[in-house]
Amino acid sequence: MNFLKFLDTLSDKDLLNEKSSRRDSFDMFKTLGKGAALASIPFGLAAISTKTKAATKSMAYAAEMADEMDVLNFALTLEYLERSFYQQGLDAAGLIPSSDQAVFAKISQHEDAHVDFLVTALGSNAVAEPTFDFTGAPGGLNLDPFGDYPTFMALAQGFEDTGVRAYKGQAGALANDNALLEYALQIHSVEARHASQVRRMRGEKGWITQSNNTLPTEFAAIYGGSTPESNTTQGGVNLSGMFGQFGGDAAVTEAFDEPLTMNEVLTIASIFIVS
Amino acid sequence: MKDKVLEKQPQPEENKRRQFLKLSGMALVGTGLLYACSSDDDGSMPPPTPGVFDLGAGNVGILNYAYALEQLEAAFYTQVLAGSYWMNAPANEKQILEDLYNHEVIHREFFKTALNSVVSSDMVLPTVEFDFSSVNFSDRASVLGVAKILEDTGVSAYNGAGKLINVSDASGVTYLTLAGKIVSVEARHAAAIRDLLNPGSADFAGDDILIGLGTAPAFDKATPPADVLQAVAATGFVVTPFTANNLPTS
Repeated sequence: MNFLKFLDTLSDKDLLNEKSSRRDSFDMFKTLGKGAALASIPFGLAAISTKTKAATKSMAYAAEMADEMDVLNFALTLEYLERSFYQQGLDAAGLIPSSDQAVFAKISQHEDAHVDFLVTALGSNAVAEPTFDFTGAPGGLNLDPFGDYPTFMALAQGFEDTGVRAYKGQAGALANDNALLEYALQIHSVEARHASQVRRMRGEKGWITQSNNTLPTEFAAIYGGSTPESNTTQGGVNLSGMFGQFGGDAAVTEAFDEPLTMNEVLTIASIFIVS
Repeated sequence: MKDKVLEKQPQPEENKRRQFLKLSGMALVGTGLLYACSSDDDGSMPPPTPGVFDLGAGNVGILNYAYALEQLEAAFYTQVLAGSYWMNAPANEKQILEDLYNHEVIHREFFKTALNSVVSSDMVLPTVEFDFSSVNFSDRASVLGVAKILEDTGVSAYNGAGKLINVSDASGVTYLTLAGKIVSVEARHAAAIRDLLNPGSADFAGDDILIGLGTAPAFDKATPPADVLQAVAATGFVVTPFTANNLPTS
C-alpha cells in the first residue's frame, strides 16, 4: 500500500469513535514480558491478511484491530519521514558541524530502530515508505535543508515536536490495547527527548511556551491545531491565571504538551510527501 | 507557597515518627520498599497500616501515585532554588532549573486540584514531607545528578502507568491523555538536564537510560509503580509514610 492509498483508507474511517471499552483485545499480549525479543512478539497484526480482514469485518474485534493497525501505519509513516530526513542530513557532506554530529547520529539511530520495530510489528501490513521531498515542494515550499544547516535544524525541531504531538494524539486510540499503548508511550517520550535537545541547540527552550516558535511561518500548524500548545485548560480546569508566582500562563503551557489529531499531523507531513 | 515544604512545622509526635522512619528506611535501603507497594499476584492484600495513607485503587490510586511523584519533584526543585549552586549558576542554567521548578509545582497543584474534585479529601494523598539532606545544594554535580534521576524516573513512571489507567469511561481517557501531556514534558526536562551534565553528547537520550525492543536502544523504559516506588524509597528522600497496596498492576 502506498502512502496516498493509506490516506484514502483513513478517510473512510472514524478512527477515534470506534473504541471498545474492552482492554487487552489481544490477549496474547498479556503474557509478554517487557523487552521481549522483537522476533518473538506475536503482534497478530501481521497474521491477519487483507482477505481475512474483509471476511471478518463485521466483527467488532476485527474493526478494532484495523484501527490499531492504521495507527501503527500512521506512526510508521512519521518514522520513515524522520529516518529519511536524518539519513540524508548525515550523508550531506559538510552540513552538520562536528560538534553536533553526536546528537544527530544518535537521533538517526533511534529513528532507524523505531522504523524497524514498527515494520516488524506490522509485518505484511506495513505501509510502504513514501517518497519524500524535504524541499517541501509538495507543499509549495522551496527549502534547502541539506545545503543550509539552519534550515535542517528548523525542520528537525518541527519533525520532533510534531512526532511528540502525533503519538500523544493516538494514545486514546490505543487505550484498549495495553501492549501497543505502552510501546507507543516508550517511543513518544524519546521523541520528546529529541525535541528538547534540538530546540535547545537552536536557542529555544526545550519546552514549548504558548504556541511560540522560531520556525518559518509555514509551519505554524506544528504548534497550533484544535488543541494548540497554548492551551491552558487541563482536565476541564482552566489553569490560566492560577500560577502567577510560578511563571504564569507561559509556564502552564510549557508544563503540558498537547496532542495533534491524525489529520492535523498528516497535513503537516504532506508538505514533504510526493507519493 | 514556594517554601511550603520547608515551612512545615512538625509536631513533636510527628518528629518521633519521622525519626523512626528515617532509621527504618536506612536499614531497608537496597532490600526493598519500606512499605509494600503492589498487589500480590495471588490476590492477597496486605492489611492497611493504621494511620498510614494508602494511595488507593483504580484511577484514583494512579492519580495519587502521580501526585506523589510530582510532590517529590516540586519539593526537590524548591530546595534547588534555595541553594547556593542555583543562586550562582550561569543564567541559562538558572532559567532551566527555574522552569523545571515552575512546571513541577504546576503539575503538583494540578493533581491536587484534580483529585480533590473527584474524591473526598481523605482519599487524597496529604502533603508529603521530604528530607533532602543527602543532596548538596551548593554543588552542581549533586543537584543535576539528582535532577537527572528524578526526571528519568518520572518518564519511566508515567510510561509504566499509562496502561494501568482504566479507560472504560470518559474520565479514564482524559487521565490517559493528561499523563501523555505531562510525560513528554518530563522527557524534555530529562534531556535538558542530561545535556547540562554532558553538553553536546548523545546523553540527552543515552544508551544508559533507553532500552531496545529487539532493536538498538531507542525506547524509554516503562516501569511499574512497585519498582518506581522501591527506587524512590531507596533514595531516602521520602519522610511521610504512605503505602501503595491497592494500585492496579495490569
